Amino acid sequence: MHELSVAHAVVSTVLDALPSPDTRVLQVRLRVGELSGLVPQALEFAYDVAAQGTPLADAVLVIERSPIIIACSTCGDQPIASATDFRCPVCGEPCGDVVGGKELEILDITLDDTALANADLVGA
Amino acid sequence: MTTRIVDLRKGILEKNDLLAQSLRGRFTDAGVRVSNWVSSPGSGKTALLEALLTTAVERGISAAALVGDCATDNDAIRLARSGAPVRQIVTESMCHLESEMISTYLEGWDLATIDLLVVENVGNLVCPTAYDLGEDTRVALISVTEGEDKPLKYPQLFHSADVIVITKTDIAAAVEWDRDAALAAIRSVNPAAPIVETSARTGDGVLDLLDLLISTLTPTHSTQLQEAP
Repeated sequence: MHELSVAHAVVSTVLDALPSPDTRVLQVRLRVGELSGLVPQALEFAYDVAAQGTPLADAVLVIERSPIIIACSTCGDQPIASATDFRCPVCGEPCGDVVGGKELEILDITLDDTALANADLVGA
Repeated sequence: MTTRIVDLRKGILEKNDLLAQSLRGRFTDAGVRVSNWVSSPGSGKTALLEALLTTAVERGISAAALVGDCATDNDAIRLARSGAPVRQIVTESMCHLESEMISTYLEGWDLATIDLLVVENVGNLVCPTAYDLGEDTRVALISVTEGEDKPLKYPQLFHSADVIVITKTDIAAAVEWDRDAALAAIRSVNPAAPIVETSARTGDGVLDLLDLLISTLTPTHSTQLQEAP
């Protein structure tokens, strides 16, 4: 249940990135790796709670999942299907060297720039 | 409506990770080995830690502990009997420790006098996995009273562990612990981490674990240890 802590971190990071405190956020896109330990549904629920009363309140949360990728010493980088079996899918050798799947990042945010565009017009 | 996409490419837990990195730098500079113990509640973390701290004190190793729980300072009181300095972090229902808590609770301790710091995380197999505390060694523990397939049920934690500890081995036969099945489950999610089998009651494996956790002590500290009475 640390999804709420993570959701608060998402909201606070996005708020820090806004050009002005009243900029409306339309969409937040995250990348969440299969090995990150986060459950997307729980994160969506927590996000709705954390975003309430902020410029993110109406923003759509888009979660992209990224697969677990191991670096097999023989076969190179290979995605594996499950976190319960760290073996190269090609040669079958056990491998714990992970190069992908732990991601927990904000990719980008989509902002409503109407207010800012109008301000530019007024200023022009 | 005018819209604009802003690329952020920022780690969600960046604040925690940056502080953890700075803690790791402080630990390295001061020559402190730090391990972060994670397991389910009731797996015997505190009993094993009590045995480990007592052994460390007996051998002249300067060990200290930070213990996290949602409520009470029972564990800190219990662990202080070892003679090692111990502080309780009460998380007020929070399910994991964060690096900021470690930083706060370290205040007033002279890191240069500590060889080994053990952080006992809140009993939870899921949430602590995502939070770096600046440790050099993450320890995942599983007791023989739990299912042998627990590593398969919580692969993220057992995969992320640098050392895996099996506890309560003194009652393994009584609870019909299937050692081979457990080792296979561990290896399936973590092919390489050392596995230490321990019993806090008999003391089995405690010294092996201690050796493992302090094995890369800086030369300065090793010299101090040899000179200790």
